[in-house]
Amino acid sequence: MENQVITVRNLVKKFGSFIANDNLNFEVFKGEIFGFLGANGAGKTTTIRILSGLSAPTSGEVNVSGFDAYRQAEQIKRNIGYMCQKFSLYEDLTVKENITLFGGIYGMSRALIRTRTNELLERLHFHEYENRIIADLPLGLRQKLAFSVAVLHEPKIVFLDEPTGGVDPITRRQFWEMIYETAARGITVFVTTHYSDEAEYCERISIMSEGKIVALDTPENLKEKYAADSIEEVFIKIARPVNN
Amino acid sequence: MQKVIESAGIGKKFGVTQALKDISFSVNESEIFGFIGPDGAGKTTLFRIITTLLLPDEGEMKVLGMDCIAGFKELRKNIGYMPGKFSLYQDLSVEENLNFYATVFGTTVKENYDLIADIYSHIEPFKKRLAGKLSGGMKQKLALSCALIHKPKLLVLDEPTTGVDAVSRSEFWAMLAKLRQHNITILVSTPYMDEAMRCDRVALIQNGNILSIDTPQKIREGFSRKLFMVKANEKYKLITALRNYPETVTAYPFGDSVHVTFAGNQINDSLFAYLREAGLKNVTAEETVAGIEDRFLELMQKSDV
Repeated sequence: MENQVITVRNLVKKFGSFIANDNLNFEVFKGEIFGFLGANGAGKTTTIRILSGLSAPTSGEVNVSGFDAYRQAEQIKRNIGYMCQKFSLYEDLTVKENITLFGGIYGMSRALIRTRTNELLERLHFHEYENRIIADLPLGLRQKLAFSVAVLHEPKIVFLDEPTGGVDPITRRQFWEMIYETAARGITVFVTTHYSDEAEYCERISIMSEGKIVALDTPENLKEKYAADSIEEVFIKIARPVNN
Repeated sequence: MQKVIESAGIGKKFGVTQALKDISFSVNESEIFGFIGPDGAGKTTLFRIITTLLLPDEGEMKVLGMDCIAGFKELRKNIGYMPGKFSLYQDLSVEENLNFYATVFGTTVKENYDLIADIYSHIEPFKKRLAGKLSGGMKQKLALSCALIHKPKLLVLDEPTTGVDAVSRSEFWAMLAKLRQHNITILVSTPYMDEAMRCDRVALIQNGNILSIDTPQKIREGFSRKLFMVKANEKYKLITALRNYPETVTAYPFGDSVHVTFAGNQINDSLFAYLREAGLKNVTAEETVAGIEDRFLELMQKSDV
């Protein structure tokens, strides 16, 4: 289907005898907000690394924004956006320098970088900060900027790995409004979070447990299926069968 | 009742950044006291002052009746501290780490085993494994065991559940509740608002200021307006529409609904017509009870810090 930005068929990833991803099957559509949940160690990071061209699958079929994960990992990297809580921007570079650097990495022309930089600073009301170094910005502003930089090259899909961890409740909500706006522009948002209320903001969510996807549906349907009032309840019911 | 922590007017600056401003509070014996606030609020700075690792610029901090500066040597024997960043020796095994911490504090694992048994038994099968090779949940249990092995009177936990999934977080809080039987006072910080309900009392902290201190129940009751929960078929459209609705004072998304306050403190019939006109379907609206996060949002706006 032309609407699919991610297609995963029978994906298996092994590290030695350990099966990190055990026969995953799913697709993600254009402009969709897709929540990727699971307990720590369930295998989420492994999947995200494969989907972003950083790691090759052991077997199975993976296609991301039209490129094959085995043969076209470099094209995948150039055609996605990525942001995580820990690393997103260079702290000792200024706002403007970071934007220019990432634009260059994504292979954008100088003219295009200049135009997009202005648009970005305008949209975030960031002009007063353009020459400040990242280390001097409050966490909330930093995360908003990091997200904007991750979609600077207008990728088909952006991966957000716990983008709102530790962020204050107002900024967290402003961040989600940016996610909605981005999805409305047709960019697919693939997001992980430990805030259960944020899972409810997604259009569909998948829940991983011990390398497998144990649930995949809209938040409403999952709540109905597991007779739960919230996604947190669903999560506690199915995200971890047995543990130490 | 004896106070385990008494903080009076504590202030701390790093360069031009005022990390803590006039922080005053007290913690009672055997209490689970939570500091709830986002990154950068000042939680870690405050905890480092309480654990005698950092000197305050202003004010007085007394822990277990002793001054944090003059009594630091004695205090360190009685405080168990689990920093936010995993700080055990990654190249020592589980067992070696635990023995090491026991020895440093002049005790043995055997002597205080009953205190950690509940927690340590989960990782004991892996006692020969290097700490660096443990999963996140197991690291957390080992760090907690090491912080407890000298039977401290005060346990200080800096964001023990950050980045931890909902199931493991819930288990961790159950462990803390059990520790209370051993008369240990627990000071804990978290950025997750829902965890406030697990504490006896909490302080909401933002930008170095305490916004409120009380029991979680009282903090929720402090919400000053009537709060309504509105749902419809399209969430983003609903938020935008509610913001533009003339009666709306605040509108914030909460899970699958939007929490709204109205100028008249009630739902006007015009709301449904307004949302229908905005193209929304299946609209429901009812009064709801404010949670900790609702109150935090309200206090953040009031203080505008």
